[in-house]
Amino acid sequence: MRDLDVSEITDVLREICISANVFLGEDVKTAIKKARDAEESPLGKEILDVILDNHSISEESDMPLCQDTGFAVVFLEIGQDVHLTGGYLEDAVNEGVRRGYKDGYLRKSIVDDPSISRKNTGDNTPAVIHTRIVPGEKVRIVFAPKGGGSENMSEVRMMTAADGIEGIKDFVVERVRKSGGNPCPPIVVGVGIGGTFEKCAYLAKKAVLRPLGEHNPDPRYAEVEKELLQRINDLGIGPAGFGGRTTALGVNVETFPCHIASMPVAVNIQCHASRHKERTL
Amino acid sequence: MKTLELSTPLESRELQELDVGDKVLLSGEVYTARDAAHKRLVALIEEGKDLPFELKGAVIYYVGPAPSRPGQVLNSAGPTTSYRMDPFAPLLLEHGMKASIGKGPRSREVRDAMVKYKAVYLGAVGGAAAGIASSVEEMSVIAYEDLGPEAVRRLVVKDMPLFVVNDTKGKDLFEIGVAEYSRSG
Repeated sequence: MRDLDVSEITDVLREICISANVFLGEDVKTAIKKARDAEESPLGKEILDVILDNHSISEESDMPLCQDTGFAVVFLEIGQDVHLTGGYLEDAVNEGVRRGYKDGYLRKSIVDDPSISRKNTGDNTPAVIHTRIVPGEKVRIVFAPKGGGSENMSEVRMMTAADGIEGIKDFVVERVRKSGGNPCPPIVVGVGIGGTFEKCAYLAKKAVLRPLGEHNPDPRYAEVEKELLQRINDLGIGPAGFGGRTTALGVNVETFPCHIASMPVAVNIQCHASRHKERTL
Repeated sequence: MKTLELSTPLESRELQELDVGDKVLLSGEVYTARDAAHKRLVALIEEGKDLPFELKGAVIYYVGPAPSRPGQVLNSAGPTTSYRMDPFAPLLLEHGMKASIGKGPRSREVRDAMVKYKAVYLGAVGGAAAGIASSVEEMSVIAYEDLGPEAVRRLVVKDMPLFVVNDTKGKDLFEIGVAEYSRSG
């Protein structure tokens, strides 16, 4: 059994809230550079140049990549041999988010009530926290700020076995086609297949976090990912939606066993500022 | 595709020279408003009251900026998705708004209203928010401070880089661009 003071989790979150919003992962930056070189549309190339310039400006000026610094989505993997001390875990997480968004001059985008008062909470809390208990005595913290524009283009659909894998592919491609220029393409597409209504949405969100270029370990689903990427880029939506070859930088599929009656599918759309940072304590 | 320099307030006469895909370098005053502010602005018009800024010839930028640091004019400030403002835009166009700035396509109703009132929709690159802020020279909150990032701000911009997405003739850059590059049937 290892004791861990939750204030350490607060400190880590404060730091990675800021760094995730300013410094994009190398996999995403590399994918955008490659797309820029391959893009056939002159306007598309220009848009990708603007996006690449923005990465440098953001890093040099310590400004967030995007003004929408997102909903604070936090994944915690807590070793079952860890004993958390010094306070309640979720309070510690929210305190880290509060400090990070204040000290990093990040936008506070959360309203207290979704449909009636809609008053800004002023500190970007509460975070959405997904906690898993895992073997061991470490705590892994993943912070993934999620912008509203791309999240709004996401969808969950309860499909059936009769729809099959071809039905799933058509659904994903159609979801991206309908999203058009709204979610800030080039996008990353997270697909969750299986489980229950809420499980497939969680899988789709987790899928977005997988590094670009790394495929599903099951070769059948790796093929699905490649085919979907091709079909999505054949849509011609292009950078910013102004037309072009680069609509998606990657498609990541995650699966889970499901009920004999069901085939839930979720598509989580992520903008080109595909931000996430992690730390293990 | 050409590049034009425009200064606010805008007039229909000069906007009629713009075609989809053109680049615009915009200078002058721009007002920020997004979801919550639009609701209040439209309520004022419906009640016959004055708006917090002159709408005739005005440019509205759909943005909720990140908070400025001490000494910084404006922190990151890229466009938000425009379709959420579609229910409000025709009334604002009717009352003199000449351009809106955002990302993503507009509804048929907004496009028709832009043709009718000889106005345009300009696209900024979504997610390129730190870069866009560098064209902003002045910023002040002029209304609805309680809305935080959604407050109405007056910006003074210099050569803000934009693309003509919908022109006064009813053309749409999304439709044209996708038709040119689509390989799916």
